[in-house]
Amino acid sequence: MQVQIRNLVKSYGEQRAVDGISFEIRRGEIVGFLGPNGAGKTTTMKIITGYLKPDAGEVRFDGVSSMERDFRHKIGYLPETNPLYTDMPVIDYLKLSARLQDVPESEIPARVRKMIEVCGLGDEKHKTIGELSKGYRQRVGLAQAIIHDPELLILDEPTSGLDPNQIVEIRQLIREIGKTKTVILSTHILPEVEATCDRIIIIHRGKLVADSTAGDLRRQAEGKSLLTVRIEGGTSEEQRSALGRISSVQGVESVMEGGVQKWKLEHEGGDDTAAEVFDLCVQRGWKLLEMVPQQQKLEDVFRALTMEN
Amino acid sequence: MKKVWIIARREVESYFSSLAAYVLLVLFLGFTGFFTWLRGNGDIFFRKQADLEVFFAIAMWTLFFFIPAVTMRMLAEERRSGTIEMLLTKKVQTWQVVVGKFLATMLIVAAALLLTLIYYYSVSRLGNIDHGATISGYIGLLLLSAAYAGIGIFASSISKNQIVAFLIAISIGILFQFIAGILASDATGVVGDLLAYLDINRHYQNIQRGVVDTRDVLYFLSLAAMGLLWADYFIERKK
Ligand SMILES: Nc1ncnc2c1ncn2[C@@H]1O[C@H](COP(=O)(O)OP(=O)(O)OP(=O)(O)O)[C@@H](O)[C@H]1O
Ligand SMILES: [Mg+2]
Repeated sequence: MQVQIRNLVKSYGEQRAVDGISFEIRRGEIVGFLGPNGAGKTTTMKIITGYLKPDAGEVRFDGVSSMERDFRHKIGYLPETNPLYTDMPVIDYLKLSARLQDVPESEIPARVRKMIEVCGLGDEKHKTIGELSKGYRQRVGLAQAIIHDPELLILDEPTSGLDPNQIVEIRQLIREIGKTKTVILSTHILPEVEATCDRIIIIHRGKLVADSTAGDLRRQAEGKSLLTVRIEGGTSEEQRSALGRISSVQGVESVMEGGVQKWKLEHEGGDDTAAEVFDLCVQRGWKLLEMVPQQQKLEDVFRALTMEN
Repeated sequence: MKKVWIIARREVESYFSSLAAYVLLVLFLGFTGFFTWLRGNGDIFFRKQADLEVFFAIAMWTLFFFIPAVTMRMLAEERRSGTIEMLLTKKVQTWQVVVGKFLATMLIVAAALLLTLIYYYSVSRLGNIDHGATISGYIGLLLLSAAYAGIGIFASSISKNQIVAFLIAISIGILFQFIAGILASDATGVVGDLLAYLDINRHYQNIQRGVVDTRDVLYFLSLAAMGLLWADYFIERKK
């Protein structure tokens, strides 16, 4: 399902939680929502699910406004607080979720079995939800969100409370679902966005401050990259001046690492710079022992975009 | 309507899965039975008369407390724990949730009233019982319960705290039980008529007398409907 968000505004009393956010998500795209605490991620997601009405703006699914048609059975939602009926057994709860989402009665047993398998609930399926640990509750929350095979999946901090093994499994599951379905997930774990998302949207104080891929975001934020090289052959001075003459290189800095000398090149040529360094070494008959592109950390980009001055 | 039924079913199952439900049920039957059989001048042995008039008068009051105790958690707990968000982001309308809870309340009350048929059976053994009066008596109790349930669900929609919801429901109940009647006796003209019309007791007595009048039926049903409409409004507003 394709999603269009246009100029969403939502205030709680005086405070604008969402302040004119617009973006589009294509079918089959996995989008990560980032932003500091209180940025408006949860509020935006609640508006997309239809739970909250925006003060202004609209949400369109496949070009149709959510005001005109009810899309809720095509959406799967895992709320941040993961509210569940704690007095219900896991299986009954999943059945209830399926029924409420219009899954035909004949398909429900198979769907429930699938969810128990996919979300790793096998050992706990006969327990009451109130007896489950936090991580298992999170899995039940995920299971109820996807039991009706939704076209759009909205996950508010889906991996919170999960153990590292389960995090990896859930990420794989999200990627798998994301091949055919549209996914929006929010998280505070930046490597998670890199591992699962095709695109990153950063929200800050209710406004959209970035919308691109993780790679683009790094480049955009810093404008230049670093390349660490180690060369054998020639003198240190020769190396420095030769590297400095490469047109896309803006700065050459000598660093000692583990008793060997390396050069840190500040450049903005992307892969071209690396190619030129390689050509240079071939030309001079030097040996290129090491060449490592150093990426700006996503954390730094995030901080740069969302730090208060 | 299917969704209403799904919600009601889950509510009834959840209700009977807790021990408190049975305690409440036993309390209801115990109090009703105690006052019907053993207490007061009006009790059945004293009257030496085979009718359930006393029972119907007593049940009005035991239901007055029993029903708010059943409804108090229905929406309050849903809002406190946040499960209302989970429900309403699925393909369910707010009114379906509200009506589902109402239906569940009526089913639970019906189960409780079904158990009071024991009293009916016992009395019928004592002598010739007026079956017509019994039927209209039970119709009256069901209508009264619908009104109480509407009020209780409304109360449960405006507070996240069950106890507060219970107290609000009782307060509104008292308003219709006493205040309207008391004020009506002082007021005259249109206001007096209106207050007299609001008095829940009057309508209940009418039915207990064996006349099931449309106006009285309408009174109870509109009270229930008002409660549900307001509950729907508050759930929507307090998202
Ligand atoms: N029900 C509410 N009533 C009043 N203010 C609210 C409510 N919900 C959210 N807010 C406010 O709106 C702003 C955005 O909140 P939101 O929950 O969308 O942030 P978030 O990006 O999800 O944050 P987090 O990373 O902490 O989950 C916050 O300042 C919050 O205090
Ligand atoms: Mg949040």
